[in-house]
Amino acid sequence: MAINKHSSTIKRVMGCIGRYKWGVSASLFCALLTVLLTLYIPVLIGQAIDCIVGIGDVNFQAMWVILKQMGIVILLTSVSQWLMSHINNWITYRVVKDIRTQAFNKLEVLPLKYIDSHSHGDIISRIIADIDQFSDGLLMGFTQLFTGVLTIIGTLIFMFYINPTIAVVVVVVTPVSLFVASFIAKKTYYLFQMQSKTRGELTSLVEEMMGNQKVVQAFGHEKEAQHKFENINEELRIWALKATFFSSITNPSTRFVNSLVYACVGISGAFAAINGLLTIGQLTSFLNYANQYTKPFNEISGVITELQNALASAARVFELIDEESQIPDNPNAAVLMDATGEIHLNSVDFSYNPEVTLIQDMNLLVKPGQRVAIVGPTGCGKSTVINLLMRFYDVDAGSIEVDGMDIRHLTRESLRASYGMVLQETWLKSGTIRENIAYGKSDASEEEMILAAKEAHAHSFIERMPNGYDTVITEDGGNLSQGQKQLLCIARVMLCLPPMLILDEATSSIDTRTEVKIQKAFAKMMEGRTSFIVAHRLSTIREADVILVMKDGHIIEQGTHETLLSQDGFYAQLYNSQFAVS
Amino acid sequence: MKELLKYLKKYKLESILGPLFKLLEASFELVVPLVMAKVIDVGIKSQDLPYILKMGGLLVLLGIIGLICSITAQYFAAKAAAGFGTDLRNDLFAHINKLSYREIDTIGTATLITRMTSDANQIQSGINMFLRLFLRSPFVVFGAMIMAFTINFKAALIFVFTIPILSVVIFGIMYFSMPLYKKVQKQLDQVLLTSRENLLGVRVIRAFNRENDEIKRFDAENSLFVKFQIYVGRISALMNPLTYVIINIAIIILINTGAGKVEQGIISQGQVVALVNYMSQILVELVKLANLIITISKALACANRVSSVFHKEPGIVETVHMDVKEKSNEAMVSFHSMNFTYEGAKAPALRDISFQVKKGETIGIIGGTGSGKTTLVNLIPRFYDVSTGSLSVGGTDVKEYPLGQLRELVGMIPQKSVLFKGSLRENMQWGKKDATDEEIYKALTIAQARAFVEEKGEGLDFIIQAGGKNLSGGQRQRLTIARALVKNPQILIMDDSASALDFATDARLRMAVKEGTRDMTSFIVSQRAATIKNADKIAVLDDGTMAGFGSHKELLQSCEVYREICLSQLSEKEAQ
Repeated sequence: MAINKHSSTIKRVMGCIGRYKWGVSASLFCALLTVLLTLYIPVLIGQAIDCIVGIGDVNFQAMWVILKQMGIVILLTSVSQWLMSHINNWITYRVVKDIRTQAFNKLEVLPLKYIDSHSHGDIISRIIADIDQFSDGLLMGFTQLFTGVLTIIGTLIFMFYINPTIAVVVVVVTPVSLFVASFIAKKTYYLFQMQSKTRGELTSLVEEMMGNQKVVQAFGHEKEAQHKFENINEELRIWALKATFFSSITNPSTRFVNSLVYACVGISGAFAAINGLLTIGQLTSFLNYANQYTKPFNEISGVITELQNALASAARVFELIDEESQIPDNPNAAVLMDATGEIHLNSVDFSYNPEVTLIQDMNLLVKPGQRVAIVGPTGCGKSTVINLLMRFYDVDAGSIEVDGMDIRHLTRESLRASYGMVLQETWLKSGTIRENIAYGKSDASEEEMILAAKEAHAHSFIERMPNGYDTVITEDGGNLSQGQKQLLCIARVMLCLPPMLILDEATSSIDTRTEVKIQKAFAKMMEGRTSFIVAHRLSTIREADVILVMKDGHIIEQGTHETLLSQDGFYAQLYNSQFAVS
Repeated sequence: MKELLKYLKKYKLESILGPLFKLLEASFELVVPLVMAKVIDVGIKSQDLPYILKMGGLLVLLGIIGLICSITAQYFAAKAAAGFGTDLRNDLFAHINKLSYREIDTIGTATLITRMTSDANQIQSGINMFLRLFLRSPFVVFGAMIMAFTINFKAALIFVFTIPILSVVIFGIMYFSMPLYKKVQKQLDQVLLTSRENLLGVRVIRAFNRENDEIKRFDAENSLFVKFQIYVGRISALMNPLTYVIINIAIIILINTGAGKVEQGIISQGQVVALVNYMSQILVELVKLANLIITISKALACANRVSSVFHKEPGIVETVHMDVKEKSNEAMVSFHSMNFTYEGAKAPALRDISFQVKKGETIGIIGGTGSGKTTLVNLIPRFYDVSTGSLSVGGTDVKEYPLGQLRELVGMIPQKSVLFKGSLRENMQWGKKDATDEEIYKALTIAQARAFVEEKGEGLDFIIQAGGKNLSGGQRQRLTIARALVKNPQILIMDDSASALDFATDARLRMAVKEGTRDMTSFIVSQRAATIKNADKIAVLDDGTMAGFGSHKELLQSCEVYREICLSQLSEKEAQ
C-alpha cells in the first residue's frame, strides 16, 4: 500500500518533470561527462608521476603531453559541471513553480467545506513548507543521486582495470565505514529523540510562562517558574551532551576506516609494485580513488532520506491538488441582474456532517426590502444560513430562490455580486486603506470612495491616520482597532451597495461608542434593501420585519418581536435572560 | 556579545582541551602523505618488504591515535557547548522574569520566546562547531603548506599562491550569495503571506468575486520568488567548477615543477606524490572552513539578539525591602493628579486622574475600548510606574513597597483568562502556595465554578491542559476568578473578567463576590453598564481622562458620557 502510493507519487513527479525532458536529458548527459572526466584525472596524474622516476630519469616530452591532456580535461569537466548545475536549478525551480501555482489555483476553487474543516496551518504548510522540502529534495536528487551512482560504478571500473586484486581490497574494506556510520546513527537516534522531546518540554514551558509573564508576575510566581525551568533545562543539558557527543563520533570513525583502507591499499599496492604488477603512478591513482570512494556512498544515503521526505511532501501537495473542486457553474447558468431581493427558501435540508442533521425542512419567504433578524444561542446555525444564501455551501435538499430563480442555476459571480456582506470576523487584505475600500469595485472614483467611507463613519478616523487613505494596513490589520476594521468592512460594502445585504452584528469587543456609529452605518445601508442580520442588539431585533429564532439548526419560532413575546416560548425566555436586567 | 563569553569561562578547560586535541588529530593526518612518500621512495625502490609493512603499521597507528584524539576533542566540545547553553538559558529566564510590563510590551512576548529557544540553541551549536573546527581547518590548510616547505621551497611557493586565490573564490561567492539567500527567504514569506490571506479571507474574496485577481497576484509573487532562486543558483553554481579548475591547475604546475626538481635530484618521486596529496587536502578543508564561518556568523547574530535582551534593564526595581506597616485610617487606594504615558507613545494614556477608594468599597470602571481602563488598574500593583503624580495603597506610595508585599495585597483577574498546564489544585495554589482544599473549594463556590468542577469527577485533581484548552471560555474565566480569590487579597481587580459569562451567571457571581469578600476592596472593569451599575462608585473614563466619578444615580444625572453608554445598552426604564 505504502509502496504503491510511493510509486504513484513518483510517476506523478516524473510527469511534472517530463515537460522539461530536453533539459533532463542534457542534465544527465552533463552528469555522465563530468563523472567520467573527473575519474580520468587521477589516471592522468598517475601517468604523469610515472614519467618522473628519478635523477636524470624524467621523460619531460611524455609528461608535457599528459599535462596538456589534463588541462583540457579539467576545462571540459568544469564547463560540464557548471552547465549541469545550471540546468538542474532551472528544471527544479520551474517544476516547483508549476506545482505551487496549481496548488494555489486549487485554493481558489476549493469548496468552503474543505477550507472550513481543515486547519489553515495545514493547508499553508502544504503550499509553502512541503513544496519547499520537495524542491530541496528534487534539486539534491538531480545533482547528487545520478552522479553519485555513476561515480561509484566508474571508480570500480577504473580500479578493476588498473589492478583487480587491490580493487577487491577496497571493495571489501570500504563497507565497514558505512556499517559504522549506520550503527552510530541507529544508536544515537534514541538520544536525539530524547533531546528533542526534552527541548519540546522546555519550549512549551517557556511559551506558557513567557507568554503569560504578566500573570506570573501578578501572582509572584517567578521563583517556582525558575525552579521548574532549571530542572528541565538540566535534563536537556544531559541529553544534549549525549546526543551531540555520540553523533559526533561518526566523522572520526569513518575517517578512521578510511585511513585503514588507505593503509591497506598502500601496503598491497607497494607489494604489487615490487612484483612489477603496478607502477608507482598507478599506485597514486589508487590511493586517490581509495580516498574518494566512500564519499558518494555517504552522499547517496543522505540523498535517499531527503528524497523520501521530498516524496512524502509531494504526496501531501498532490493530495491538496486532487481535492474535489466546488461544482462549476452550469454552462447555461443565468446572470442575476438588478435583483429585487425576493428570497424564497423551499424545504431546505442541510448538514455539515451527514450523521448530524442540522437544518431540516426550512421554509421562508422574504419580500423585497424586508429586514430579517436571526437570533439564537451560539452554535445554533446562524452562520449556516449565511453560508447557504451566499452559496458557500450547497443545500442537501430543497432549494433557495432569488427573484424566483434557483440559485444553483445562476452564476456564482452574479449571485454573490448581488449581496453585500459584513461579517463578524473583519478580514482586510494587506494593502492600503484605499485598496481595501475599493475591493469590490476597483474602478471606483476617489469621490465615490470617500463618500462610501463617510457614510460608513470611517472617514474621520482615516483622515487622522498618518497617511490617510494611503495608510498601509499591516497583516491582519494590526494597526487598527476592531471597531475601525469593522467600519472599513462596512465602507467596502457601502461602495458597491448591492440589492441584498447580509450583516453579522458587532461583537462584544467593540466599545459602545463605536458601536453606535456602526449601528448608524448599518441602518443607512439597509434602507430599502432585503437584509439578513445576525442580531445581537435589542434595537435591531425590535425593528426587524421578521425574527427567525434558531436553536440547534432549526427555526423554532418566527414572527415579529411582539408576536413572539406574546407566544411566551423560547424567544421570550432568551429575551428575558439576555436583555432584561434583574 | 562579550558578556556571553563569561558562560564559556566555566568551561575553560574544555574550551582549551577540545581544540587542542583536534589540533593533534590534524597533525597526525598531515604526516600520512610523508609516510606514503617513504613507502614509495624507500620501500618500493629498495624492494624492502619489512619496511613497507612497518610503514603500513605506522599508518594504522596514526589512524588510531587520530581517532582517540578526535573523540576526546568532540567530548570536550559537546560538554562545553551543552553547559554553555544551559547556563545561558537559566540566566536568560531569570532575567526575563525580572523585566517589568513596560519592557515586555516593547520587546514582545513572541520575540522573548524565540530568544529563549531557537536563538539559544543556535548559539549552543555554534559554540560546538567552533570548538571543533576553528583551529583544525586553518591548521590543516597552513600545515599542508608548511609540510610542502619541508619538502621543497619552490614547490611550496605554489601553495602560497593557490591558497589565497582559492580563499578569495570561496569566500567571495559566499559573500555575494548569502544576502541573496536572505532575499529569497523574504520573498518566500511574501508568498506565504498571500496564501494565508487567501485562506483567512476566503469568504470575502469569493463574495467580491476576486478569485482571479488573487491568482494573478500570487503568480506575480511566485514568479519573483523563482526569479530570485534562479539568480542565486547561478552564483552558487560557480563554486564547484571554479575551485576544481584552480586546484587542478595548481597540481599541473606542481607536477611540472616537481619533475624538474626530480631530474636535478633535489626531491624524489615519492615526494612529488606527497605534494600532490597535500594540495588535494587543502580544498576540502577550505570548504569546511567556509561553512563553519556561516554557522558562526549565524550564531553570532543570535548571540547579539540574546545580548540585547540582557541589556534591557528591569524598569521597575524595588527600592524598599522592609515590609510596610498597615495604616488604618487611610484610603485603600488613592490616585492623586496622576498621568501615565506608555513607552514610546506620543500622548499620555491617562491624564490627570484623581480619586480615592475606601476599604471595602466596590468600584466600577467603564469606558470605551482604548479609554485606559486596563491601564488604570495595572498601575495599582505597580506593573507600570506612573509618569507624574502619585498613587498610594493603604496610605503608602506604591513605590515605597517591596514588590512582593504590594502584589501580595492585590488579587488580579486579567482580561485574558490564562490557566497553566497542571492540576486544578496547582493552578489554584498560584494564589496561595499552601492553600488547603477547603480554602480552594470556598473560592470555587464564590466564583460559581464549584458545580462544573464537581461534575468533572476528578475534583481538584482534574488536569488542565496547556492554555486551558480542555475548558470552555466561561469555565476558564470562573477559574481565574477563583484563583485570585484563593489569595484572599485586600484588593481584588476584575478586568472585564466576566465577558464570557451569560448575564445570569455574571449577576450571581457579582452577588457572591460581594457577600463572600466583605472587607475586600474591589475594582470591576467592564463594558457592560449592567455589570457595574450597582457598584458603590463608578469611574467613567473617556479617552484617558475621568469623565465622571460617583454612583450610578449621580452619574446618570451629571455625566453625559455615562448616560450615553447606559442608554445604548439599557432601556430608559432599565437605566433608572
